[in-house]
Amino acid sequence: MEIDLSRPILARNEALAEANRSRFATSKVFALDVLASPGAGKTTTILATITALRDRYRIAVIEGDIASKVDAEKVKAHGIPAVQINTGGACHLESDMISRALDALPLDDLDLLIIENVGNLVCPTEFDLGQGARVVILSVPEGHDKPLKYPGIFAAADAVLLNKVDAAGFFDFDEAEFVDSVRRLNGDAPIFRMSAKTGEGVDAWAEWLATRIEGSAAL
Amino acid sequence: MHEMGVTTEVLRAVIDAGTAAGATRVNSVSITIGELTEIVPDALQFAWEALTPGTLAAGAVLNIRETGGRSVCLQCGAEFDHGRFDRRCTACESFATQVMVGDELMIDHIDVDVPDGDVEA
Repeated sequence: MEIDLSRPILARNEALAEANRSRFATSKVFALDVLASPGAGKTTTILATITALRDRYRIAVIEGDIASKVDAEKVKAHGIPAVQINTGGACHLESDMISRALDALPLDDLDLLIIENVGNLVCPTEFDLGQGARVVILSVPEGHDKPLKYPGIFAAADAVLLNKVDAAGFFDFDEAEFVDSVRRLNGDAPIFRMSAKTGEGVDAWAEWLATRIEGSAAL
Repeated sequence: MHEMGVTTEVLRAVIDAGTAAGATRVNSVSITIGELTEIVPDALQFAWEALTPGTLAAGAVLNIRETGGRSVCLQCGAEFDHGRFDRRCTACESFATQVMVGDELMIDHIDVDVPDGDVEA
């Protein structure tokens, strides 16, 4: 006997992501999912973003890692509430993990929730967390060809950060080639050149994010 | 290897639906995986073989239908086929395009044995 199911494989994750999205809307929190490979500068970028926006917005961070608490400790050292999720081997965050982490945060007292996903350019792509936007960070030392190896994540991004531009002189990074390959996957996402370490370009990215936060609060 | 998690979701849905129908055995499971997703069909097959023994779906064949990318141009309206790496409009070269086919992750249907279930009244 044939049984017609016709349902998304990730229906359970998607339902919980929608529940998270409702909680963000109710509490007027903008959630940002930060995606990148290990070592691209996710935590440094998050700290630079916090520095740029903390006078205007109440911010918290969810740190996703396979193991360890070092990233959450770094964020807390800056006086920002942080919750560490250890996935225990899983290569990406899922919406139920976010749902549990939200219980430990004062959502009504926040404007911006930054979610640092597990360092990985493949696995998180298909898993909606309920975020308001996704940003993908690529760093110059990784090479300009990465959109041609990990197309899904660049196609899904709402913004792309090209980090470590201060190191461009040491690497053969073809920026025009990079921008072109991102555009072929994603016609909309702005691409910001920046260095989270020196602060170069952080303001333009932070202003884009601020615009998104204001836009969602006005809904 | 996120295909393990994806396969776990397939298996969960199959067991739920099979159990609800009173099935004694699952013969086959048909799913659709779009080429534009970051899911590798071979890895799904591998995970399926690892996860199903001892479950209601033991021995069930996993049929994977793969769809290629197809988008519509938001500029000129052309529809065009494309691969994973380039979604630019082939007619007017605009980057403003929208995927129509190729991003599916769907469970389509399953075939099960149900005692008396195959007898049409």
